[in-house]
Amino acid sequence: MAETMSTGGVKPLLSLHNINMTFGGIKALKDVSFEVLPGEIHCLAGENGSGKSTLIKIITGVYRPEAGAVIEYDGQTFSHMSPVTAQAGGIQVIWQDLALFPEMTVAENIAFHTVIGRWPRLVDYRHMRRTALKALQRLGVALDVDLPLKDYSIAQRQIVAIARALVGEAKLVFMDEPTASLTQSETDHLIDIARSLSVSGVAVVFVSHRLAEVLEISSRITVLRDGALVGVYPVEGMTQSRITELMTGKTFNQQVRAKPVGDEPIVLEVKGLSRPGQFEDISFAVRRGETLGITGLLGAGRTELALSIFGMLKPRSGRVWLNGRPVRFSSNRKAIEAGVAYLSEDRLSLGLIQPQSIADNLAIASLDRIKSGGLLSDERKRRLVDRWIADLGVKIGRQSDAVSTLSGGNQQRIAIAKWLATDPKLLILDAPTVGVDVGARAGIFEIVAKLAECGLAIILISDEVPEVYFNADRVLHMAQGKMAGWFDPRTCSLGQIEAAVYG
Amino acid sequence: MNSVATRIKDLLGPEIAGPGFAFLAVMLFFGFASPQFLSEATFGSVAFQLPELGLLTLAMLLPVLTGGLNLAITFTANIAGLTVAWVLQANGGVDAGIAWFALGCVLAVAVGAATGVVMGLVIAYTRAHPILVSLSMMIFVRGLGEFLTRGGDVSGFPAFLQPIGHGSILGFPIPLLIFIACVLLWHVLLTRMKLGFNTYMIGSNIEAARYSGVNTRKVIVLVYTLSGAMCAVAGIIMLARFNSVRVGHGESYLLITVLACFLGGVNPFGGFGRVIPVFVALVVLQLLSSGLNLMGANQHLATAVWGILLIAVMILRWLAAQLMILNRRKG
Repeated sequence: MAETMSTGGVKPLLSLHNINMTFGGIKALKDVSFEVLPGEIHCLAGENGSGKSTLIKIITGVYRPEAGAVIEYDGQTFSHMSPVTAQAGGIQVIWQDLALFPEMTVAENIAFHTVIGRWPRLVDYRHMRRTALKALQRLGVALDVDLPLKDYSIAQRQIVAIARALVGEAKLVFMDEPTASLTQSETDHLIDIARSLSVSGVAVVFVSHRLAEVLEISSRITVLRDGALVGVYPVEGMTQSRITELMTGKTFNQQVRAKPVGDEPIVLEVKGLSRPGQFEDISFAVRRGETLGITGLLGAGRTELALSIFGMLKPRSGRVWLNGRPVRFSSNRKAIEAGVAYLSEDRLSLGLIQPQSIADNLAIASLDRIKSGGLLSDERKRRLVDRWIADLGVKIGRQSDAVSTLSGGNQQRIAIAKWLATDPKLLILDAPTVGVDVGARAGIFEIVAKLAECGLAIILISDEVPEVYFNADRVLHMAQGKMAGWFDPRTCSLGQIEAAVYG
Repeated sequence: MNSVATRIKDLLGPEIAGPGFAFLAVMLFFGFASPQFLSEATFGSVAFQLPELGLLTLAMLLPVLTGGLNLAITFTANIAGLTVAWVLQANGGVDAGIAWFALGCVLAVAVGAATGVVMGLVIAYTRAHPILVSLSMMIFVRGLGEFLTRGGDVSGFPAFLQPIGHGSILGFPIPLLIFIACVLLWHVLLTRMKLGFNTYMIGSNIEAARYSGVNTRKVIVLVYTLSGAMCAVAGIIMLARFNSVRVGHGESYLLITVLACFLGGVNPFGGFGRVIPVFVALVVLQLLSSGLNLMGANQHLATAVWGILLIAVMILRWLAAQLMILNRRKG
């Protein structure tokens, strides 16, 4: 039974009960309850796929929960919300992608919806500027409202999104993963803003799977796991590891896999690799059978570094050796031929060709291996696919089904299989668990560990510190494009790396 | 038995349903409406008319599969035909030898391919939209051709060209045989070769294909090059059929080739589509116009009926999709 916590007699601003939601036969939410008090700062925690976003979409009227749901908001009772009732009631969401218009000015971004539909249907720019300036003033921020939004940093754009929420007379503001791409000082500023919103009576709900910063200002925390409520807890006395345990339900049986690699031959060596503005002076080596973890905040230059090794970006300076030979790939085709594989962080638009078949997605990088008599052989393709889906334990219907019909975890296995079919020596995995269910993640790392055992050199890139801590042999911390430190998971704690990365 | 059925299904793909159905409908309708329809004469006229539109449709198909378009096909065919005509005229006109014709054909294919290379390079490197690039090429080729011919016909070719346009081997018209050979070539290209495989992948998601190691620029350049070369084949057949070349011959085929691709189940946004269903779709269009001709309808009315047919196909596809969704809900 989920633990609950008394609200101390205060009538909640929002309360939900009996929330159930099913997508395609899978229960996304199971009998979930959720409460927010007026003016409080609340934390909604859970891993990717735990049901956080589904819950927000129910609160904002995007989804309709199954029958039996009770939603009370601001003194009224609903069986479901609609986008109109949510907006009119002052519920605002700042999505992670912000949903702003980069080409429009700050003023237009903040205040465009105040002029929509107002008679005489003319755009009143002076009114928009005034509204925008007032909203920014309330946040204590000075931005030039006449500049296009694209001139501002991600952190500043986030402030614009908050200002837009305030224009809509917000009573309840959700912030979806607000700190994912912010530096420490930007995060501090965001926390100040949240605090001042709370003081002025606006309730703020942080939705996050990384909570260090948010914990210090929240009063209560609601934890979801696999679509079910784990409990509601006061923040006092809560530690980060306890929350992680609640979110995953199994953190403490996770073992550090790191092992000594000894003097296996070096597969990849990088010296002084630089690409100005993205990464600088990076040097490391990966041995046969070794898993090197690279972590750091979004924008730390990890993906650019990986793409430079993979031949898709050109480093300005520095040298790369593969199996002891200096290499400079003119394209990723050359890198693939030489035995380098790169699993993209963006599986949906770069990693796989979603509408095309499972078989074609798996075979695309190794067509030369399924030729017979100079022509592609359907029979050899079928055998190749059969072999890899058996090896990696992928559950599929037919080989000709579109890859988009598979779950996130199975899609990722197909993407990994695509690269394994090219017989690589070095496999770069860039954020391999993004959009993969909690349960399926362990399966992905099982595969990674087996591949390392078979002698593959692996670079594991992730902004989830625990992933690299538990699964890599050594961890390189990158910050703002530079090497910020090395960690050995066998001799340091998870907290030490997290402190370095988020601190 | 079962495996033969699945192999045939694999060969034709799910796209065959639409054109296959249309084929049956057209055969049944005209078979009953006009007693002369199911005769050798009808099939003779279809067999001679099919190749021009068909070869141009093959030229259109490859760019469409990549999510692009080649609007220059008809004028590229004209300029390729002119190339042959000039080679023949410069070397004796009516008395030119067959070697000169062969040389002309090689040059014609080279000219057609060259227009494709230019378009492919521009599209691949500047990422300009294929509609704009091929439209520019169309205007250039057309203007060049009109300038060089002063808008007139070029004619007076050796007699041995006659059979290429009108002759038969074992009862099969030669243009039809050339067309079928090209259909088979395209079929093998798309189903059994790396270039064809990558064409589909690029059509669905060019960036993801690039991340998988596909040389996307090379594929695009080759696709437009082959498209241009196929236009040249169409141009040579047209020259032999009309015994003359004029810039503007076959101009009205341009958009019909796009629609024939669509009728053949090709995804208008690229990534999906097969040659054989497109071939069936072309036969349907040609049967339709021959049937209407037999019933005494005007040629222009036949074109109008093509339009109606294509709109009907779109509505039927939508209905079929709705039915499938309904069935899935029940199941």
